[in-house]
Amino acid sequence: MSASRTLPLGTWLRVFARLFAVQGSYNYETMIGNGIAFAAEPAFRLLPGGRGGDAYRAAMARHSRYFNAHPYMAALAVGALVRAELDGEDPVHVERFRTACCGPLGAAGDRLVWAGWLPFCSALALLAFGLGAPATGVLAVFVGTYNVAHVALRAWGLRAGYREGLKVAAALGSSVLRTGPLHLARALAVVAGAALPLVLLRLRAVHLTSLSIELGLAALLAVALARWQARTDGWRVGVVLLLLFFIYAVVR
Amino acid sequence: MIEPGTLVALTALGAVVGLDFVSFPQAMLSRPLVAATLAGAVCGNVVAGLLAGVLLECFALETMPFGASRYPEWGPASVAAGAVAAVPGGDLDATARMLPFAMLAGLTLAMIGGQTLIWLRTFNLSVAARYRDELAAGDAAAVLAVQWMGLVVDFGRAGAVTAVFVLALWPARDALQGGLNAVSGAMSLGVVGVLAVGVAGAAVWKVVHSAKGYVWYLAAGLAAGSVAAVLL
Repeated sequence: MSASRTLPLGTWLRVFARLFAVQGSYNYETMIGNGIAFAAEPAFRLLPGGRGGDAYRAAMARHSRYFNAHPYMAALAVGALVRAELDGEDPVHVERFRTACCGPLGAAGDRLVWAGWLPFCSALALLAFGLGAPATGVLAVFVGTYNVAHVALRAWGLRAGYREGLKVAAALGSSVLRTGPLHLARALAVVAGAALPLVLLRLRAVHLTSLSIELGLAALLAVALARWQARTDGWRVGVVLLLLFFIYAVVR
Repeated sequence: MIEPGTLVALTALGAVVGLDFVSFPQAMLSRPLVAATLAGAVCGNVVAGLLAGVLLECFALETMPFGASRYPEWGPASVAAGAVAAVPGGDLDATARMLPFAMLAGLTLAMIGGQTLIWLRTFNLSVAARYRDELAAGDAAAVLAVQWMGLVVDFGRAGAVTAVFVLALWPARDALQGGLNAVSGAMSLGVVGVLAVGVAGAAVWKVVHSAKGYVWYLAAGLAAGSVAAVLL
């Protein structure tokens, strides 16, 4: 048996909407497993016997078990798993797929989103701030830019996963996932390189301070923290320095 | 003393951005840039909120939510920091002098907020354990109950955490307002700016240094930023 190439629009939209809450019951045992069953549930109603039927209950039981992946990339898994269930794939194959795809989906999402798109959008918003954009402009740049790709990635994942079924590994080889992180790292270097001095410049516009001294100190701190990165997190060092300054400001 | 309406608005904002962080919809409303700016707007000083948000965002660049790792929770902490930075009257000098405290509070509370996320995950596990037999039998109602319980409790957790943070910081902010005159606003802003940009620079380096030729891209950005700085 082979399912239709596309899900009914209403079902697709229900699954897609639920994907945004896939981490709603995140825990250290089943991770996002329950969220996977929650997101896929509207599509499982299309199984023989309908809602509450044997196939439906078996699928719900299978997919509420342990699963872990990047939350956005989980869309790809949900699409593939829905397709597999609707195609009547052997449960052993479905289980094997669930186990095999956790690692690659987690790694691909972490590289593309957490280490690529998110810092890039942060840097872009800092650049907007540095260039003098008002608060609404800075927020629009950050939230707007970030979520265009965020929503598109989830939609692409669900569509590609459903289209390919258990052969979805090919989708993981897409150029966006393979070379996207590298391009984003380069773009981040350019945007952050421009943004960080401009942030100091805009702060200076609020209060006249010595920009060249501040830039020099910030660069020194950045280099030192980068060199010590294996020993400590930079932000923790920043907290300690901030605390020392705060104590100085209060007791002086 | 904080006005009840402001506290309710900040609590609601904290609940929304706290829920956004992990549970729903992960649209990055929980990032300091957004949460602190909105908190500043709620308190009538959006510029102060934006300044706190930008500076905290620089720190947050280093703590991305990879996998199941433990990380600070920025949303409620940033709401509290943005509210504390938004000193009444919108005086920029007073805001600048308050920023080190707002930043320190935001960073400390982000770590505490992160701990409450661990408690939430433990709670979610206990709920899932309560429904273990039903989940194993493929009961859809159990799946929905576990999911909705997690979402509702996370929303309540984030709101409660925000309210506690704001109520704890408000008297401290009021007490400090008259006692920070020894350090100028310019110096305060200079110090927090250098620290934030320094930490952000190191965070960016961590991400980009494995990309071939990153130095040239960074140099191109710096050149473009310098030209813009001259032109502005």
